[in-house]
Amino acid sequence: MPDSQSFKNTLVALVENKPGVLNRVASLFRRRNFNVDSLTVGRTHKDHVSRMTIVVDVKRADARIIAANLKKLVNVIDVQNLSEQPNISRDLALIKVRTDDVESRNGVTLICERYPARIVDIGTKVAIIEITAQEDIVESLINELRPIGIVELVRTGVVAMGRGIRIMDTDYEPRRFGEAANKGLERYGV
Amino acid sequence: MILTGAEIILECLIREGVRVVFGYPGGAILHTYDALYMYRDRIHHVLVRHEQGASHMADGYARATGEVGVCIATSGPGATNLVTGLATAMMDSVPIVAITGQVPRAAIGTDAFQETDVTGVTIPVTKHNYLVTDVEELAYTIKEAFYIARSGRPGPVLIDIPKDVQAQKTEFIYPEEDIRLPGYTVPSGAAESDVDRAMDLIRQAQRPVILAGHGIIMSGAMAEVRELAERGQIPVALTLLGKGAMPENHPLTVGMMGMHGSAATNYAIQKADLLIALGMRFDDRVTGNLKTYAPHARKIHVDIDASEINKNVKVDVGINGDLKTVLRQFLPKLADATHPEWIAQIRDWQEDGSERDILNHDTHGKLLGAQVINDLWKYTNGEAITVTDVGQHQMLEAQYYPHQRPATMLTSGGLGTMGFGFPAAIGAKFGKPEEEVWAIVGDGGFQMTLCELATAKQENVKVNIAILNNSFLGMVRQWQEFFYEERYQSTPMFNPDFCKLAEAYGIPSMRVTRREEVAASVEFARRHDGPVLIEYVIEKEEVVYPMVPAGADLDKMIRRPKPNEVENA
Repeated sequence: MPDSQSFKNTLVALVENKPGVLNRVASLFRRRNFNVDSLTVGRTHKDHVSRMTIVVDVKRADARIIAANLKKLVNVIDVQNLSEQPNISRDLALIKVRTDDVESRNGVTLICERYPARIVDIGTKVAIIEITAQEDIVESLINELRPIGIVELVRTGVVAMGRGIRIMDTDYEPRRFGEAANKGLERYGV
Repeated sequence: MILTGAEIILECLIREGVRVVFGYPGGAILHTYDALYMYRDRIHHVLVRHEQGASHMADGYARATGEVGVCIATSGPGATNLVTGLATAMMDSVPIVAITGQVPRAAIGTDAFQETDVTGVTIPVTKHNYLVTDVEELAYTIKEAFYIARSGRPGPVLIDIPKDVQAQKTEFIYPEEDIRLPGYTVPSGAAESDVDRAMDLIRQAQRPVILAGHGIIMSGAMAEVRELAERGQIPVALTLLGKGAMPENHPLTVGMMGMHGSAATNYAIQKADLLIALGMRFDDRVTGNLKTYAPHARKIHVDIDASEINKNVKVDVGINGDLKTVLRQFLPKLADATHPEWIAQIRDWQEDGSERDILNHDTHGKLLGAQVINDLWKYTNGEAITVTDVGQHQMLEAQYYPHQRPATMLTSGGLGTMGFGFPAAIGAKFGKPEEEVWAIVGDGGFQMTLCELATAKQENVKVNIAILNNSFLGMVRQWQEFFYEERYQSTPMFNPDFCKLAEAYGIPSMRVTRREEVAASVEFARRHDGPVLIEYVIEKEEVVYPMVPAGADLDKMIRRPKPNEVENA
């Protein structure tokens, strides 16, 4: 596993889907001087729960200390270090490369055939390649495309999930409050 | 019952047992102040002169009583003025609930008059915070805020409430059920295997030391710590905030540890073969150089905050739990033990320390801060609640005013907030009206929050203010003397005539310049029933010994020479 060789650990946090939670997590990493490689966040199958995948550098701070600090945030429901268990991790990249001559067009096509990548947009000037794979494979594709000429690139950052029946979930149900009383909002003076 | 948001706030405060709040009104919190008018028989509001004072008063109240202190401010500048007090409480794990007004919801994000993103500003300095966007959520949010503030490792919680939410009306139903939060657990006991591993280390130790911190006081584990120390014959070292966790006149209490701790304590830690760290967090001010810290010692660390374990010092047994519960697991398994040689060794270090003690030197008629504190201790029978500011007088208090009871020495330890002492003393007095409360402050820090003299007078709160005036920022001056070749840049102070200042506020005052007058000054303070100010004009260039320079090894202290060494010099 690449994780065990490097100083990177993949932490997964289930958090309450509330405004400002990402801010709290980001603020924690900044003020404790924890190094973040990537942080992704998105909703889960439950509306009130979001899931973050955070790849951290554990050279300076132990993953357990980082996890304990995350756990201290009231809106963080659960934290696991996926590097301690078999897991599937994926990074998605959109790579725009130059394809303004035959050589580059053929080059791009040939390279993409050897990767779990596909060309999702192609023209006489540029093409967009999409790849979803483990981070190091994405890295490798990018390096191969570099000589042809990458003009724009975006990556989602790693998302990860433990293999098998280890299920990371929460049975918490948010408290429902009465009908929101939002009437007359605009007319209220400062 | 249909109530406004403002009324709901007050109903909830009453249900949390709040009887006094410290605050300052303003536009965005006016609805709540209007409601306070109706509730004034049940909640006493103390009008401060600066919101920082309100946060420190809530802090002092909380430290003195162990209950949650409450402060209130308006939006924008009112809220930002609380920040220093919140950061102070955060560092020292003090339960505070701060309620701030916010601009109406429709105005949020428009740079409205007196708008600040106060939840954004205070994320790093609060345990948690809220922006309440609907009156329906208000009661539950307040209950949750108090629960979070006081449970686990306590800390400050801020609730930001837009003005129109304070005006919204709804059916008030107090949430009677217990707070349940999906991601928030309060640790209790230890795993038995960890208890056994800890007991093994204690059994094997020849030179054990207990490091007693603030957590003991907050967990109420004084009796358990004392039993552990007595039955195991284990010397006890105190952190600054741990003062009172073990009676300081107890034969097993060695003294304070760290930068200005007693030399005997620091030597003991460096020579120990086992440290039992209880409710403390190995702050840099107590460890000195981490690489050489307690090199012979195995370490047991019990703390309620899991993220503190192995943070600064790697430990052999780390236990995340409530101290009282964990110690109650320890005690039945504890074998009685003695360590006569170890304790004799510590006594030798202590004797050497007392030979160097300034109180045993001739000071040629000069009035020293150390003498003032020692005499205040003597004439208050060591029983006052003392609330200090930050600096030399604070360290002198720690050294020369031994405390026998928990929560009787209140001080800003982690953040080191100058200006804390006087307002916190006012808060402490509100919490403990039956106790004698002394604010012990320096001339520098006092001037940061002295506007609260008006608050003290308006409330006629019986706080005795002892200003140790050396016309210097004394601790900074000491660093300049030791490490910057006596270049006293920006440390000499012009000061007002503090006694005349007190007079302007209608507060009785007295100036003391000779040691013989200290007894009379305590009598003077006790004669008046409102606030009293005593100015002690002390030696300008006093030095607090011993001192571990920042980052140095804990036993490499700068020490005061013995009297015979001075004469030979």
